[in-house]
Amino acid sequence: MDMLAQLGHGFEVALTWQNLGLALIGCFLGTIMGALPGLGPSNGVAILIPLAFTLGLGATPSLILLTSVYYGAMYGGRISSILLNIPGDEPAMMTCLDGYPMARKGMAGEALSISGIASFVGAFLATWGLILLAPQLVKIALLFKPADYFALYALAFMTLGGVSSANQAKSAFAACIGLALAMVGVDTATGVPRFTFGEVHLYDGIDFLVAIVGLFALSEVFVFLEHRHGSADAEGHKMEIGRITPPVKMVKETAPSMLRGSVLGFLAGVLPGAGASLGSFLAYSTEKKLVDREGTFGKGDPRGVAAPEAGNNAAAGGALVPMLALGVPGSGTTAVLLAVLLSLNITPGPLLFAQNPDVVWGLIAALFIANFMLLALNIPMVGLFTRILLVPPRILMPIVAMVSFVGIYGISGSPFDLTVMILFGIVGWVLRKFDVPLVPVILGVLLGNPMESNLRRAVQISNGDWSVLVQSWLSIILWIIAIVGFLMPIIFGRVLRARMRERGDDEGALTD
Amino acid sequence: MFLKAPRLALAAAALAITGFAAPAIAADYTPSNPECIAPAAPGGGWDFTCRQVGKTMQDLGLIKQTMQVTNLAGGGGGVAYAEVVNKRDSDNDLIVAASSATATRLAQGAYPGNDMSQVRWLASIGADYGVIAVAKNSPYKDLKSLLDEVKKDPSKISFGGGSAVGGWDHLKVLIAAKADGIKDVRKVKYIAFNGGGEAITQLLAGSLQAFTGDLSETKGFIKSGDVRVLAVLAPKRLEGEFANLPTAKEQGIDAIGANWRGFYAPGKMSDAAYDFWTKEIAATYASPEWKKVMEANGLAPLDLQGADFQKFVKESVAQIQGISKEIGIIK
Repeated sequence: MDMLAQLGHGFEVALTWQNLGLALIGCFLGTIMGALPGLGPSNGVAILIPLAFTLGLGATPSLILLTSVYYGAMYGGRISSILLNIPGDEPAMMTCLDGYPMARKGMAGEALSISGIASFVGAFLATWGLILLAPQLVKIALLFKPADYFALYALAFMTLGGVSSANQAKSAFAACIGLALAMVGVDTATGVPRFTFGEVHLYDGIDFLVAIVGLFALSEVFVFLEHRHGSADAEGHKMEIGRITPPVKMVKETAPSMLRGSVLGFLAGVLPGAGASLGSFLAYSTEKKLVDREGTFGKGDPRGVAAPEAGNNAAAGGALVPMLALGVPGSGTTAVLLAVLLSLNITPGPLLFAQNPDVVWGLIAALFIANFMLLALNIPMVGLFTRILLVPPRILMPIVAMVSFVGIYGISGSPFDLTVMILFGIVGWVLRKFDVPLVPVILGVLLGNPMESNLRRAVQISNGDWSVLVQSWLSIILWIIAIVGFLMPIIFGRVLRARMRERGDDEGALTD
Repeated sequence: MFLKAPRLALAAAALAITGFAAPAIAADYTPSNPECIAPAAPGGGWDFTCRQVGKTMQDLGLIKQTMQVTNLAGGGGGVAYAEVVNKRDSDNDLIVAASSATATRLAQGAYPGNDMSQVRWLASIGADYGVIAVAKNSPYKDLKSLLDEVKKDPSKISFGGGSAVGGWDHLKVLIAAKADGIKDVRKVKYIAFNGGGEAITQLLAGSLQAFTGDLSETKGFIKSGDVRVLAVLAPKRLEGEFANLPTAKEQGIDAIGANWRGFYAPGKMSDAAYDFWTKEIAATYASPEWKKVMEANGLAPLDLQGADFQKFVKESVAQIQGISKEIGIIK
């Protein structure tokens, strides 16, 4: 009861006209920033910090503005995934897998609205999780030692097969490319630069946003250039939009997927260093393993849109747990929010809940407000967003290219990243030609580094004893899940292969 | 010029408060587009330095416009350093956030082709002293007993910190170990994490026996009682709420490790502009507003400007070079 009273107090703090206005602005800007490739939640929040300072906003209003942008960007990322097959930010990558095929089938409206609802469910549950469980959840973060983190990342890679392509070998190949790219940069365990060729821009490794925008957005542009004499324009005009609101039946069907996705995403978010991308990946791959009986995943199954969207939005809420309770940012965006809190003279950490209840509960109330506002904004706006599909590709594609260049230049302000992005664009185009899926490449770039560092930390702490990797019950459980997840498709491969042959023709739809 | 009057008055007032004798001379230079480069992504210490100093300067009226903060991430600050040296060498409106990490990388030649003499070092705005801490249930009660254990069996004590091997958090432990008479400091086991928070989490999770980091990132955990600080690497006890933390020096281990924060400017900045910036940063430092920021962020005093700061950076680069050679990071 005490908690509800505090939450009520939080709403008192948060519910003023000014704050509601800020939340509305934040939600709107966040959605746009999330949808634009290259501008993700962390840039979005960072861009608005000076605005919050210049307006002289206090702690709570600033946080309301910035968390609205954060949640808004998590919502917005799905839009370009579904409509253009270009993830707006890295966690929205998994939404491409079924969202884009749905749009191709003329169900863009349904895909957008179902993913909007899934985003809402994920964020809503995560906010409750934050309220009810934050102090207990910190203990989960303390359970994970380097060896357990390594097992968790290994699990992600071992269950990769079949998630993004029918061909496991191609998935594995793509993941290896990603892992190899992750090796670039200064190795923190020795302080030695690897594969940097004396180029200082490479010392921090390859920015995954540069990789994503290059691989997805630019390669899309290249594919368009290649086919521009064909029927690309005509296709754009014929594209059907579908219904703006999802059929009730679809909502019912996808509800369990949303719930499972939310739980998995939230837990991944709570672990510092795992974050939203792992959350949406685990939500998708689990869902595929659990319910994909007819092999419809990857071909426009609404459940394949609902699960990762619920997952990444829940992870966004989950990532606030270690940020607030431990002062450890679980993602780029929470790192920025942490900096904002610090500059507002608020120190997140074990005592935050006791020392600054106003700020914490105001923030939580803000999350609820932003979430409802986003649902209200996003469902009616589905109609507007889907118009993008009516724009002829010859106009749309140059815009995509322009946004990519501006977005990436905006991150680091260096032309070097633009060159890297173009290279990734060419690589992406080549990989598409060979039907190699792009998602595992990004997963490798994203998770390769933490996976390697945790392996090395674990072995270094144990003085070179490799058995440390299977010493805790947690890592044993994770390894068992990983091995089962890896072997299942091989053992049942025959059935799968037969199924694949049936739908072999459509395979291109995903990577094309 | 009349527009500057209130600003100068404020600066003079601020200077007067701390007892500076320097008279407020009207500078013949004012930046038209003050810009601060944070050589890292938003959210880190450099970003904080730019934004907080920029905000305070504007609040005090020391600069008329908003300080534009540019995040130029990459190469642990190397990208920004190269950009300033190569392309903006005579930009009078530009200052760049720096810290011990900058000095460490310059000392170790981690900015290829660049060294500390290529820029002008402006001023410091405070220091974050190093701490060596253990979890609250650890058997080690003081720094001596922890380092004695390291002497006996270095493989038993894993130190964790937020910087890479050879980075500042690592070097702090080695400075302390060396001061305690550990000869082969290469044996000290150091595990690198992506930030102090992650390392503290692993300290609490029981993976590590000790933590090395800055006071500011440890603050919340000291207050909550989750960690016990064995030593602050400061010349004397800190003031205020951290006065009860023992220094390494009083335990007979003469080790000082301060993560200073400050600024450098392009190498060909005009003397007038250089004087303007050192003076205004000094005025910011002296203001009561900045004292509050320092207190809230666990920054301790370190008040160096102009030539003094230049000398200080030079000395710390030399010290870091010495210890880096010893552990084999550089030849």
